[in-house]
Amino acid sequence: MSRLKTLVNGIIKGNPTFVLVLGMCPTLGTSTSAINGMSMGLATTFVLMLSNLVISLVAGLVPSKVRIPAFVVVIAVFVTVVQLVMQAYVPALYQTLGLFIPLIVVNCIVLGRAEAFASKNNPFDSFLDGLGSGLGFTLSLTVLGTVRELLGSGSLFGIKIIPGDAILVFILAPGAFIALGYLMVLFNKLKKA
Amino acid sequence: MEYIIIIISAVFVNNIVLNQFLGICPFLGVSNRISTATGMAAAVVFVMTLSTLFTYLVQYYILDPLNIAFMQTVTFILVIAALVQMVEIILKKISPALYQALGIFLPLITTNCAVLGVAILVVTKEFSFGGTPHMLDLPQSLVYTASMALGFGLALIIFAGMREQMDLVGIPKPFRGVPISLITAGILSLAFMGFSGIV
Repeated sequence: MSRLKTLVNGIIKGNPTFVLVLGMCPTLGTSTSAINGMSMGLATTFVLMLSNLVISLVAGLVPSKVRIPAFVVVIAVFVTVVQLVMQAYVPALYQTLGLFIPLIVVNCIVLGRAEAFASKNNPFDSFLDGLGSGLGFTLSLTVLGTVRELLGSGSLFGIKIIPGDAILVFILAPGAFIALGYLMVLFNKLKKA
Repeated sequence: MEYIIIIISAVFVNNIVLNQFLGICPFLGVSNRISTATGMAAAVVFVMTLSTLFTYLVQYYILDPLNIAFMQTVTFILVIAALVQMVEIILKKISPALYQALGIFLPLITTNCAVLGVAILVVTKEFSFGGTPHMLDLPQSLVYTASMALGFGLALIIFAGMREQMDLVGIPKPFRGVPISLITAGILSLAFMGFSGIV
């Protein structure tokens, strides 16, 4: 039961984007379409799960003074794995997400979960926590990507559903800020109700 | 001439925060007061230029000759983290006044994705400032990085000015905090879109 709670916590109550407001750069930068947002979310989920797992295994061995650099190295290793795999199997997607894949290293969510959860809990729970937070992040990115894609290019997961012109600005930079801002307003409003 | 194009393009047209979405966390986090924003901006210009200098040398004189370019992410983040620590220690020793001004911002900068982002950009992306696409050489990289950092500072200071005014007006409850900041940043970003196409 508490395991389930660990998993679900990151998705809604501790949602990285809407509640904790962490990892804003990839959220805004890669949510130009639902597919892009989802891919970025899944790449981050992969790194989160494995880095949480490894960090909870090594946390006892690392002196607390060099804790943060040690964690960063673990994270960077998994990010490199994601980079190489994506470059080999989905080069087009890798090109689109571009800089934001290596930048998973400095995503506050990953280091945040490592420090706040994985360094104090057992490997299995840490793995679940990583999966939960990652899915929460993926969910927010997909929602934001869907909204922006629908408004900005009139399509959904690449399929055109609204004929005619769309509001182009939503897939450009300003639209990212505005769409996320209004989604957060909606989230706050729903949370109160 | 090419340097002027690089500067204008990096500061205004491809503004790092409002167009490239790098360094959003400090942009939203330390933009409450103009004075704090100025301190942060100065620290970022300093650290970013210095770290690009080092990562550029590491990339072209260590990683490339040894054929281990895949170690880029791991190496760069370590170089930046070590550099920030060193800057902190050196500043404390030789210029306590400057340390007082920039000190509290330095630890925050390690996790600022703008620093790592620009360091990776200058060694992987081809730029076409006034001519054919080419990789940047060292002086161009440094000018580009410093301009990117200046663009960050500019956006941060403008935004802090807007937020100081925003404290004085009544904002509907669900909008308070981050949402209104994001929407304001969106409008600012729209304004910066006006620069696109000038270089």
